[in-house]
Amino acid sequence: MALDRWIALILLGICLAYGYAAWFTMDANLAPFMRRNPIWPSTFPKVLSILGILASLIILLGLEKGEAKIGDIDYRRLGDYHIGQALILLGLMVAYALCLRPLGFLFSTAAFLILGSFVLGERKWHIMIPVSLLATFIVWYLVQEVLGIFLRPLPFFMGV
Amino acid sequence: MLEGLLIGLQTALSFQNLAMVIGGCLIGTFIGMLPGLGPMSIIAIMIPVAISLGDASAALILLAGVYYGAIFGGSTSSILLNAPGVAGTVASSFDGFPMAKQGKAGKALTIAAVASFCGGTIGALLLMIFAPALSSVALLFHSAEYFALMVVGLSAIAAFAGTGQVAKALMMTILGLIMATVGEGALFNLPRFTMGIMDLQSGFGFITLAMAMFALPEALFLVLNPPKINKGDDGKIKDLRISRAEAKAIAPVIGRQSIQGFFIGVLPGAGATIASFLGYAVERNIATKVEQEEFGKGSIKGLAAPETANNAACTGSFVPLLTLGIPGSGTTAILLGALIALNVTPGPRLMIDEPQVFWAVIMSMFIGNLVLLILNLPLIPYIAKVLSIPRNYLIPFILFFTLMGAYIGQNNATELLLLVGFGICATALRFADYPLAPLLIGFILGGMLEDNFSRSMQLYDGIGFIWERPMTLGLLVIALLLVVLPSYRARRARLRQAGVADGD
Repeated sequence: MALDRWIALILLGICLAYGYAAWFTMDANLAPFMRRNPIWPSTFPKVLSILGILASLIILLGLEKGEAKIGDIDYRRLGDYHIGQALILLGLMVAYALCLRPLGFLFSTAAFLILGSFVLGERKWHIMIPVSLLATFIVWYLVQEVLGIFLRPLPFFMGV
Repeated sequence: MLEGLLIGLQTALSFQNLAMVIGGCLIGTFIGMLPGLGPMSIIAIMIPVAISLGDASAALILLAGVYYGAIFGGSTSSILLNAPGVAGTVASSFDGFPMAKQGKAGKALTIAAVASFCGGTIGALLLMIFAPALSSVALLFHSAEYFALMVVGLSAIAAFAGTGQVAKALMMTILGLIMATVGEGALFNLPRFTMGIMDLQSGFGFITLAMAMFALPEALFLVLNPPKINKGDDGKIKDLRISRAEAKAIAPVIGRQSIQGFFIGVLPGAGATIASFLGYAVERNIATKVEQEEFGKGSIKGLAAPETANNAACTGSFVPLLTLGIPGSGTTAILLGALIALNVTPGPRLMIDEPQVFWAVIMSMFIGNLVLLILNLPLIPYIAKVLSIPRNYLIPFILFFTLMGAYIGQNNATELLLLVGFGICATALRFADYPLAPLLIGFILGGMLEDNFSRSMQLYDGIGFIWERPMTLGLLVIALLLVVLPSYRARRARLRQAGVADGD
């Protein structure tokens, strides 16, 4: 089975779970006066779940024929690409999300930018570090001072 | 009207207001270029500045300038990075980005600038002529028609955005609608499908989703499969000119889309996003067979259509705001808030009570479009310098800006984890050739679609509004045809081909 039909199977599962929630669990604690309404909070989701199940079945069963095309990247040969770099970058993004609050914007961002370009194969430290630090500071200054959106600059143990 | 025009010119041409137009357009362009900061957030940020001016005309002129600037900047990043910062420019990346990939970024940006200018200027002309008349047309539309109109928009998107596979595009649209139901809606005040997670209470963030669907997969693709760099095409933007033949090809597109985009923009809820997608779809459908093949691979028509339409629609969206006092989009809703804070109530009486505000805004639209064209065309080579940044630096920065865009809007680190999660899903979907734009459009329109559906259900006490209102029924039939026809046509073509292959 090709990847698009596997995905259709997953989407079918999502639609079934969504439909189950809409048809069987949502109306239980609806206030009595709302039951007299022609439209309930679950009405629209019910319609959507049916449409979603139909569409995913059409794809899953291959009712609509389409020629399989290979786009920019052929997922069947994923190993040929720089999959490691991509995964490390995704990991870095998760780490950034977790560190942004506790370690502060300046440190997290500078580390993210430096490590990111390091992962991609950059070794010119004398360019990489100043560029990252400068960019971090400029963005922080613009967002915090010009736009007035609070970004905690320093780690939690060094003040705000 | 002539008197009004003169009042408007007098107000708009004052030194302060000229500075407002130019400043607004510049700020809008630069911030709009950053993926993730759309016109809505920029205008929201600029509101304190505008209100502190204390002059309603100046404030509205500034904010309107920021609005066009942001749309223009958004198309620049759509074309160069395939990272649309604004939903209204998603369609521009369909053909703009392939053009940039082919080394024709300069031409693409010129076409975008010229198309935006024409769309905005023709839109402003139409606004001037039709504003009073159109208010009565828009009044004819009830929520039932809005619901039907949105269904038409979504089916058109599903029918035309996919790569010939309507079921996949439809599935993505429905998935977007499903995602839009997560969180607390205005109509019921009940959290739905949040699975008890606090951070989902207000639903998924639009910017987060937009980043995850477009910017993140694009960056990941750049990592996975580094583009082969040709010598002589080191990101330099050259060849800004469009040839006479190309100008001839896009002129009718610009003419049609200015008008169509404007009228779609007038309808509340439709706005620049639908206008650009519908414009793209219409132009693709009426193009010749040979040109249709080009669409999605760097067609100049496919770039000019959404660019014209979204700017014309931006102008059109001022009609309900200025004549009815009803904002048709998030952006005009923010403008409405700013006007009320300045003690000006937009509505049918605005033209009588405060003619200088009404006409100055219209005049400033002409000036603003001219400023965008004059400032941005010569600046394009510098703006496009973004492309010549080495990949090792560019990719971490794109990733960082997607993270920042998602974070600034919500100030919530969970949003960043959602971003990464959705980004991975979006990449997998792209591997399997599922179109992603319908998902985002479904998500954006989902809330409005449900609101209008619910309102008509309540008004007609059931589903009866569909057959009781002929306009609704007509629109819904069109929507159905849009979905069914392409697969029917494909089936017939295949059968015919099979017949030929049989050889008798």
